[in-house]
Amino acid sequence: MKRTILALLLITTLFASFACERRGPSGTNATDSGGEILVGYYGDLTGRTASFGQSTRNGVEMAVDEINKAGGVMGRKVRVIVEDDQGEPNKAATVVSKLVNQDKVHAVLGEVASSNSLAAAPKAQEAKVPMISPSSTNPKVTEVGDYIFRVCFIDPFQGDVMAKFAAKNLKATKAAILYDFNSDYSRGLREFFTRSFKALGGQIVEEKSYTQGDRDFSGQLTAIRSANPDVIYVPGYYGEVGVIANQTKQLGIKAPLLGGDGWDSPQLWQLGGAALNGDYISNHYSVDDPSPAIQKFVAEYKERFKLLPDALAALGYDSMKVLADAITRANGTDSAKLRDAIAATKNFTGVTGSITIDKDRNAVKPAVVLKLVWDETSKGGKFSYDATIYPEGMTPPATTSGATPATGAASPATAGPPPPPSPAKAGASPGSGTNR
Amino acid sequence: MDTFVQQLINGLNVGAIYALIALGYTMVYGILRLINFAHGDVYMVGAFAGFYIALYAGLAVGGPSMISLMVVLLGAMIIAAIVGMIIERFAYRPVRKYSRMTTLIMAIGVSLLIENIFVAQIGATPRAFPDFLGSQSQMPYRLFGNAAISKAQIVIFLVSIALMLLLQWVVFKTKVGTAMRAVSFNLNSAKLMGINTDAIISLTFAIGSALAAAGGVLTAQYNPNIDPLMGILTGLKAFVAAVLGGIGNIPGAVLGGLLIGAAETFVVGYGQNIGIASTYRDAVAFAILILVLLLRPSGLLGSTVQEKV
Repeated sequence: MKRTILALLLITTLFASFACERRGPSGTNATDSGGEILVGYYGDLTGRTASFGQSTRNGVEMAVDEINKAGGVMGRKVRVIVEDDQGEPNKAATVVSKLVNQDKVHAVLGEVASSNSLAAAPKAQEAKVPMISPSSTNPKVTEVGDYIFRVCFIDPFQGDVMAKFAAKNLKATKAAILYDFNSDYSRGLREFFTRSFKALGGQIVEEKSYTQGDRDFSGQLTAIRSANPDVIYVPGYYGEVGVIANQTKQLGIKAPLLGGDGWDSPQLWQLGGAALNGDYISNHYSVDDPSPAIQKFVAEYKERFKLLPDALAALGYDSMKVLADAITRANGTDSAKLRDAIAATKNFTGVTGSITIDKDRNAVKPAVVLKLVWDETSKGGKFSYDATIYPEGMTPPATTSGATPATGAASPATAGPPPPPSPAKAGASPGSGTNR
Repeated sequence: MDTFVQQLINGLNVGAIYALIALGYTMVYGILRLINFAHGDVYMVGAFAGFYIALYAGLAVGGPSMISLMVVLLGAMIIAAIVGMIIERFAYRPVRKYSRMTTLIMAIGVSLLIENIFVAQIGATPRAFPDFLGSQSQMPYRLFGNAAISKAQIVIFLVSIALMLLLQWVVFKTKVGTAMRAVSFNLNSAKLMGINTDAIISLTFAIGSALAAAGGVLTAQYNPNIDPLMGILTGLKAFVAAVLGGIGNIPGAVLGGLLIGAAETFVVGYGQNIGIASTYRDAVAFAILILVLLLRPSGLLGSTVQEKV
């Protein structure tokens, strides 16, 4: 009896670790029949960054339901096949193999964490199935191949945004960095923040690292405290950041923490609570943005999921809409034509701003800086809009009032609703021809 | 200087938790010569027991309260004690008569089983443990210079010291403790003396598990992030602490725990000066394990026991 149990345990473990059954690249598996359009979605639904995968899935599903309610794409219904990678790169590669080889999806949407996208992207590339990452910001992701796209900005820009904000808006000259040593996302942001901050005349006074799953950061934070920085840049994910904020407070450190879009999760507030008050993050959009397209999205999302949509939900929604738009322009789901159509996306009006895919298959768009505000009476926190920062060469729409043009950091919004980077025109996709 | 003192406080704070868990390893080893690898997971179960007690008893929303913390702490300790006894009764006792290797493999199996049941049931996503001490909004107490100690740290120190003294009293001053020591000395002779060895072993698991659960709840006041895999690394480090102090030796487990905690924190704080990156924090405990096994296998306070043939 006991041996049977032990044997069963061993067998289960074996099966669990038996990674993917590898199939060769099946060439053009996306047949252009007139049936359903199959879209694969993979994300972390149960792992350490589950809030990312769940939000993105919500966004994707909302977009799909809207599309199907309006009659589908060129009369064809869209069906999403959802796979959970538990936030682990090797599982991400396995589930994407399954999506492209077994399910024969026409396109893949995912992941949020760059390390997972990087592991999975080669599978999509090999099978020549276009993959759009909604929110992986590490530059290496789209360098995997010409079938890999994203609808968000990339880390050199995100790191740059925070460095500019720290130097110009917060007038910081001394920064300390606490980053996740094992995450491509975190290491990338650290590098780009450091470069920009130094270029602006700032100084990195201390740098410490941790690894995902660490629970005690007091050693790193004590060392940082003795360097007496003006700001502490923590480009990590919410699970650790919440604890870091907590322990920062317990050590009596008053310098604000600065972060990136990896902080964006309702879970962050449960972990960090009041300790997060006064910190800042760079992000893809703000729920406070009064533009009608965004407010419509926020209202519908809230109605359906009883939560405010975070940036990941908005990007998930946008990635599906960009895909649908490209399928229309490609006049079908032939994989090469679809790839070309995605690459040609120009000035697509999404919830997270106007999306143009550049020659490196990245989206060019502005970033917002949000301030973390904790309300003691309601025991809740919110991300409140503070500034918009545009990439080089991109001019903000003329209607905005609070932003300075081009590369300059916007002046901090003093009060009231933000001057958003409102898209020039709302409505459907004005995707243009085939220049790429 | 204030930075050094601060790092020492940080290190001892982490070490106190390791010590609480290491006690369970060392007690079980002392009695059964078994490394209970599921012990780290009992620590995790304790933290989650506390989390769910707070959730369902409505204590999570009441704001900072020391009484709530004590209720949650006691509740978690009781639940973990029961879990520990169940593990012993249904996994270890049936295979106790086989070789020690069988029990060890069983321990690894139980550990993986607990982790995976939790991942399957509630997911690996981190949960936020309620903040009973108001540490999110309260500034720490200043000692001198920049050195400061937070309320959570004070509570961790006081409660763990109290629990360790209580354990010392139970083991050396009570009848049950005498029985435990007798069983640890020689199980068969103890049985011949009329000691109900099964009950004593069960009790040992209960006490060890309750201490681990206390560690789980206390640590969650400082690091509110709990997840089903939190016991793996912490459990292994506590095991190293037990070996460092001399496995089977109760004061040794406490000393080992504090030393490992301090060593880790100093690597993070000062490692850079001698060319060790802060990322080596987790490697330190295991480097110590290897050194101890090479240089002093019996640990700091352990005595070399002559194996009777």
